[in-house]
Amino acid sequence: MLSNQEVAEELLGKFGDQVYDFEEPYGLLTLSTTREEIISILEFLNKHKNYQISFLTDLTGVHYPDGKEREFMVVYHLHSFVHNFRIRLKVFISEADIHVPTATGLYASANWMERETYDFYGILFDGHPDLRRILNIEEMDYFPMRKEYPLEDATREDKSDALFGR
Amino acid sequence: MADIELLPHNVPSNSELPELVEELTTLNLGPTHPATHGIFQNILKMDGEKIVSGEQTIGYIHRAFEKIAERRPFYQITTLTDRMNYCSSPINNFGWHMTVEKLLQIEVPKRAQYIRVIMMELARISDHLICNSILGVDTGAFSGFLYVMQKREDIYEIYEEVCGARLTTNMGRIGGMERDLSTTAIRKIREFIKTFPPVLKEFEQLMSRNRIFMDRTINVGPISLERALSYGFTGPNLRAAGLDYDVRVMNPYSSYEDFEFDIPVGQSGDTFDRYNVRIEEMWQSLKIVEQALNNLPEGPYYADAPEYYLPPKKEVYSNMEALIYHFKIVMGEIDAPQGEVYHAVEGGNGELGFYLISDGGRAPYRLHFRRPSFIYYQAFPEMCKGSTLSDAILTMSSLNVIAGELDA
Amino acid sequence: MKEVTIAEAPQGHSGSGFFATSFDEAIGLARSYSLWPLPFATSCCGIEFMATMGAHYDISRFGSERPSFSPRQADLLMVMGTIAKKMAPVVKQVYLQMAEPRWVLAVGACASSGGIFDTYSVLQGIDRIIPVDCYVPGCPPRPEQIIDGLMQIQYLAQNEKLRRRNTDEYKHLLESYNIQ
Repeated sequence: MLSNQEVAEELLGKFGDQVYDFEEPYGLLTLSTTREEIISILEFLNKHKNYQISFLTDLTGVHYPDGKEREFMVVYHLHSFVHNFRIRLKVFISEADIHVPTATGLYASANWMERETYDFYGILFDGHPDLRRILNIEEMDYFPMRKEYPLEDATREDKSDALFGR
Repeated sequence: MADIELLPHNVPSNSELPELVEELTTLNLGPTHPATHGIFQNILKMDGEKIVSGEQTIGYIHRAFEKIAERRPFYQITTLTDRMNYCSSPINNFGWHMTVEKLLQIEVPKRAQYIRVIMMELARISDHLICNSILGVDTGAFSGFLYVMQKREDIYEIYEEVCGARLTTNMGRIGGMERDLSTTAIRKIREFIKTFPPVLKEFEQLMSRNRIFMDRTINVGPISLERALSYGFTGPNLRAAGLDYDVRVMNPYSSYEDFEFDIPVGQSGDTFDRYNVRIEEMWQSLKIVEQALNNLPEGPYYADAPEYYLPPKKEVYSNMEALIYHFKIVMGEIDAPQGEVYHAVEGGNGELGFYLISDGGRAPYRLHFRRPSFIYYQAFPEMCKGSTLSDAILTMSSLNVIAGELDA
Repeated sequence: MKEVTIAEAPQGHSGSGFFATSFDEAIGLARSYSLWPLPFATSCCGIEFMATMGAHYDISRFGSERPSFSPRQADLLMVMGTIAKKMAPVVKQVYLQMAEPRWVLAVGACASSGGIFDTYSVLQGIDRIIPVDCYVPGCPPRPEQIIDGLMQIQYLAQNEKLRRRNTDEYKHLLESYNIQ
């Protein structure tokens, strides 16, 4: 049985100060890292002879408009079937330099998940084979999930804000 | 009529024949198509009858669930989760409720957990019934679909007894269920347990050993286990490829560890295996429903958490505290702790995950749905490469891609 | 013997071996009892349509025996489910390909007005792009409601003037949607 402590120590030993902010919200080991190291960490966990953390459960992004130099966060959830172990990795990037290397080399499922994150937040994944919008219309010129954009369509005429209490 | 003989000097030599130009046909398996279950587009490049490559466009029903969820209080998001995998809404509902209960650290009583298990397994049966019968319709076997829809009406009647709605159930509340199982509901579930096996056996007799069905589905759309894992497959599609990963067994939730059931596993990941895995899963789900109903424990059907679960109306009218709790809950001013939680349930299509980041406000800061259909539909061009168009339609059917879950 | 209700014959003049009525009545009768639907099922309402098509609620009793997926051969466009802005040109294209006379039934809250999805990506009702004859509210509407909507369309088809599709009023209606 893998424990959070064991994996955390192994990662600290291998990557030193590139991994930080270890915590365990609700029992899930969570740690942050830099965008330079994220692919090597993913590869390390994948190819580790003991851990076999080789399933990418989820990849998504979050927008923190108040974070200084840390406006966007890309979250990776990984899972090891053999040991029933889950881990969450976070990468913070700033709005000015919004690039993260792609994980499609390791996991084929990252392809659409990264496109979805790009569609919603505008986070660019370097090396992605086909980075374009997936869920929204191709001609859309803004990234709708960012906090500054409203939920409703600004051009609709039939639902007036006054009647809906806005 | 004189015989026309092709004398040697009548046959044109190769140099006189026009140049044969080979090019690939582009076929638009467009958003509106009778055989695609939901609206997504595949632009296929075909070499005659064989598919060479496919380019997919989705998002034709993108309803921005994740953005809506940032606006609504926790209990109003349940109605959104209904509409994701609309063939098995209770599973989505309870998955969301369990995520919030994990965040708020509420312990749900056993009776409510068992009731949830019964409804989730009925929803799973209902989802697999649609998938397999529509797979039959796509091969041309229409009658199985009609027989099976009749049983789904029975399941809808059970939903109506428990929560009032047929399809978009909004079942349960944060902290348990909204009402106990009435005697009518228990009677209907018992009747279902009795009357479902003959119908499923009849459906199996129509299809499972049917020569035509087997010829059309064996070795159609296969995927190897390692490609399936790389593409993020979970659920029946992964189990058909050979791995017995089931969230109910690996990370048990809502008392699944109390029940005995098997996990069916296939071998080659082709359409016939996916069909068989789903049929067998329906038998196992029926077993779980029977066990849960027979061992239904006594007790309350909701947790003792008045800050999050509406107090009974009698107390609201007589007790000041209950009135204040009621007011706060309805106004949405629940004190949620800050934190992030990821919870997964075994949906009809695989691991349905909810990643919730809460900042202490009344609505989530960020809610992300890990939707299985979205993740495994990427593999479709690879799975149907080299097969004919009719095989590609069957592959798509057997993958059970639900458009609501694909686009969210 | 059970009581069997026989429908009334339309107004007309009958004699030995013949029955004469106006074209309006006869054609209206024929059209209304053989509406072939084009099920444009996008989301949850589509599953309720499948239940309506099933043996329990049976829409083929009402003449909709053959759901046609080809617009040229369909009479009734049943839009069931949410129409996103990405899908709107497709709906319009399908509507344009249908041959007159054609009716449109908006099934569900999302097709009628956008439903619970007041968002940037959802078209707030298909009557933004095509003219709609009947709206069936509900989320999703029960099969009985969908059948009720169909019966309203049957009433419309039965009582429609023969030349309605050629009148100026109808032309103005289509022009207001930019449909020639």
